[in-house]
Amino acid sequence: MRYVEEFRDPAAAKGVLAAIARVADEIGATREKPLHIMEICGGHTHAIFRYGLDKLVHEGIEFIHGPGCPVCVLPMSRVDECVEIAERLGVIFCTFGDAMRVPGTRKSLLQAKAEGADIRMVYSPLDALELARRTPEREVVFFGLGFETTTPSTAFSIQAAAREGIANFSVFCNHITVPPPIKTLLDDPHMTLDGFVGPGHVSMVIGTHPYDFIAEDYGKPIVVAGFEPLDLLQSVLMVLEQIRDGRAEVENQYARVVPEHGNPISLAAIADVYETRPTFEWRGLGEIDASGLRIRPVYAGFDAEEKFGIGYVTARRVVEEPEGCACGAVMTGRMKPTECPHFGRGCTPDMPLGALMVSSEGACAAYWTYGGARAAQMEAAE
Amino acid sequence: MCLGIPGQIVAITDASRQMAMAEISGVRREVSVVPVAGADLNALIGAWVLIHVGFAMAVIDEAEAAETLEALRGLGEAQETLEAMAEGAKALEDAQ
Ligand code: SF4
Repeated sequence: MRYVEEFRDPAAAKGVLAAIARVADEIGATREKPLHIMEICGGHTHAIFRYGLDKLVHEGIEFIHGPGCPVCVLPMSRVDECVEIAERLGVIFCTFGDAMRVPGTRKSLLQAKAEGADIRMVYSPLDALELARRTPEREVVFFGLGFETTTPSTAFSIQAAAREGIANFSVFCNHITVPPPIKTLLDDPHMTLDGFVGPGHVSMVIGTHPYDFIAEDYGKPIVVAGFEPLDLLQSVLMVLEQIRDGRAEVENQYARVVPEHGNPISLAAIADVYETRPTFEWRGLGEIDASGLRIRPVYAGFDAEEKFGIGYVTARRVVEEPEGCACGAVMTGRMKPTECPHFGRGCTPDMPLGALMVSSEGACAAYWTYGGARAAQMEAAE
Repeated sequence: MCLGIPGQIVAITDASRQMAMAEISGVRREVSVVPVAGADLNALIGAWVLIHVGFAMAVIDEAEAAETLEALRGLGEAQETLEAMAEGAKALEDAQ
């Protein structure tokens, strides 16, 4: 457990924590009947565990860790397709480092690399584009992955490749959007969410209006939040105040970075390069309508699915999750990471079985890193 | 990957491609300023920006930059990002 003293401004943190406790009491939230607040973004999940916010806030508040970690919701079939492309002769496969250890049905990209595939970790799609410029005799494929924060960067890179006529560059597009899975969760009859903390950097691109449906159609509050622990606490307080006052609005705690209408240049690039897929598979959540993006036909030359005849272009393959894997239940808040039979046994950050254990933004990895490991060992010793 | 890192634009390196040199936590790296580009690219020199996977996604003020960097350091994400940049540079070296 962490302490308020670690905050940049401990006095301010204590003040907000006290206000949260007061409002939670006014609402009547208790340990037995807690309010369920979902933080959508994986970066927020990481910060909550790192600073022990779940322990610091009033006991009547429970954080539910949302689907906002792109590595964690990547289905195994897509990892398999990455490996399939990477193992083709002449291909250089470029990926963010986060995706290297996500397990596929056969192997992870890390294993494929060890077996000889030319897989390179890059920081930016621009690195992959530069690699394509320098090695015109090779096919350079960039693994486009992530939510609206990274989606524009891949779009800009495709636009640049088209402008410069870099024909040996393509993107295996797995970009996904935040609002559809939230809608899916809200439609789930077992779901008991009372409010949301919205993603900061995604909203910097898309603005706050894509969340209007959460307030208007479902009557739930949502507050877009920054990354500092104090930002998060302030946002939780704003959500609670809405609940207490019987309001459901989209509020912006992170207005210093998030403009109401997002970033127009990025939104234009997204609209130019991508179209919405009818459906896309999310690990643990299944197929979700209109939740993924694919590259428009005008840019087909830069679409790895078209170029290699892989993925949604071909017949769908249904892939089973590993036996007993509780990733889906954890992601929808029905189970705690420690309740998964694999947690800390068959599944650790070094040897992940499920995707939630791979990235520091995944609930299981965060649980493990910040205290869950010890708890699991103690449980095992009992 | 999803969290941006603040950096300061120190020079425009390729105006036609809208590329600039940014200083990020003591490390220099070329980034794209397409998302924040106005009519005059040179106006960005000295500005603080939030950089996501090599793209300056938003102009922020200096105090915000300092606070965000501190939050990222607390999470270990600043180090992770710098390591990813080094990996990216290595991936390119191998191509020569
Ligand atoms: S412990 Fe592993 S298998 Fe179980 S839910 Fe977490 S990531 Fe999935």
